[in-house]
Amino acid sequence: MTALPAHTEKKLGLVIDLDTCVGCHACAVNCKEWNTGGDLAPLSDTDPYGADVSGTWLNRIHSFEVADGDDARLVHFPKSCLHCDDAPCVTVCPTGASLKRTEDGIVLVDEDRCMGCGLCAWACPYGAREMDAVAGVMKKCTLCVDRIYSEELPEEDRIPACVRTCPASARHFGDFADPESEVSLLVAARGGYDLMPEQATKPVNKYLPPRERTALPTPARHADDGPPLKGFWKWLDGALERLP
Amino acid sequence: MKPAFSVICFTVLSGTGYGLVVWLALSTLLQRDPAVAMIGYPLAFIMISAGLLSSTLHLKSPARARFALSQWRTSWLSREGIAALLTFLPLLAVHWGLFVNGAHWHLAAVLAAIGSLATVFCTGMIYQTIRAVRAWATPMTSAAYLLAAFTGGGVFWLALQMTGGASVSTPAALIIGLALVGLMVIRHFWWRNLAAPSTSTVATATGLGGPGTVSLFERPHVTENWLTEEMGFRVARKHAARLRGISQLLTILPLAILLLVIMGAADMPLPATVIAVLFLTGTFLDRWLFFAEARHTVRLYYGASHA
Repeated sequence: MTALPAHTEKKLGLVIDLDTCVGCHACAVNCKEWNTGGDLAPLSDTDPYGADVSGTWLNRIHSFEVADGDDARLVHFPKSCLHCDDAPCVTVCPTGASLKRTEDGIVLVDEDRCMGCGLCAWACPYGAREMDAVAGVMKKCTLCVDRIYSEELPEEDRIPACVRTCPASARHFGDFADPESEVSLLVAARGGYDLMPEQATKPVNKYLPPRERTALPTPARHADDGPPLKGFWKWLDGALERLP
Repeated sequence: MKPAFSVICFTVLSGTGYGLVVWLALSTLLQRDPAVAMIGYPLAFIMISAGLLSSTLHLKSPARARFALSQWRTSWLSREGIAALLTFLPLLAVHWGLFVNGAHWHLAAVLAAIGSLATVFCTGMIYQTIRAVRAWATPMTSAAYLLAAFTGGGVFWLALQMTGGASVSTPAALIIGLALVGLMVIRHFWWRNLAAPSTSTVATATGLGGPGTVSLFERPHVTENWLTEEMGFRVARKHAARLRGISQLLTILPLAILLLVIMGAADMPLPATVIAVLFLTGTFLDRWLFFAEARHTVRLYYGASHA
């Protein structure tokens, strides 16, 4: 059903810490690996060993430069489905393949109903959905629904693949409906925010801003200049200056 | 946005066909030359059906289109499908009346016209409700779709009347002329609206604005992906002004010629149907620009300065 639930019992989602993310792409790689070998159809690649390689990814890492005067810093920015409360991708779906679950708020695609029209990807302002060129259906982050409720996996693996693999602990998984959960506390403590709030999608996933840092001292001189010359070098410098 | 040929063919061909159904209903009710209906309805039927078939080419898994009527509560695409299928019922009844019973069934004609307008409105609403493409998210979108269908159908109706040697009443010509003016006005405001940037920026997309400026340093992958190809279409913008000029010319000129001939101020330079097809080409180009020029917010994550 493409009608959005008025309320979900849980609000499962991710917190992504832009302060600690090192941009290693391990989360994207593990996401790809898990989801290409999971219960669903593989995440296909076209021309995988050629020059024009292209593939379906549920998580991609963009890198942005944030410049303020002479100071600039590099912020790595992982982006996957935000599992919005007001998900526009769900309501536009004509077949009922797109859905938001009432029990945990996860936004999913029922691949057996998807006709591959692509309208949901147009409706998503974030680019969280990608058409699989081989399967002919829309793919998106499932929040590793096949891991988090698994009874076979060891306890510590029952979290999304991207969170499990992050070497910098920049990704956190939890229930935002519980104000005492780790993710809720993180968002409260660090000022977690929504992406594109003006699009009125009410994303569940939150981003933590990079922490304030002491600005790097502006270099007093360029590398070409150096400390004042002394002795022989001072004489040579002057002698060369005096040449016509 | 990527201008998918199948979707453009669908919206232009079916749209014009639906517009023609509206004009045929009007002329049937007003007892204007019933002979035109014998050619006009089959032509509209073919245009509508060809357009709808073309739209299925856009689907990656067309067999699952059987589910596409189920989500009418929330989805305009689902509503469009239902409206399109329901419209076929009175439209087939009209044909039955014309070719089997030899009669004009007014009720069927009116229902077909209402269904036609509803279908075109749903098509416009599919795009109008996509907030991520700011240029589309305006009531002008559905208004422009309705006006384009109404005017295009009017031009075909006019061309059929003139080919059949029937007289065209002044009010009918006047209404089509006014619809054309409306279409021009809508396009003007549409282009003004298109030029304005979205309130979504790289800063709001990343939340990294603060006092500084944000710009993309590195894309996720070195090659293009489905998102950049589907939502990052750039070709149209280079030639936008020229293409707009051509589409305007192909919209105004054919209709101006038809109206001048009706007023007796000129002789017919070309067969009327050729002129109608020229008009259709203009609509096609305008629809291509509708997709190609529209900017999606996802571009902000791939280096665009504005959406």
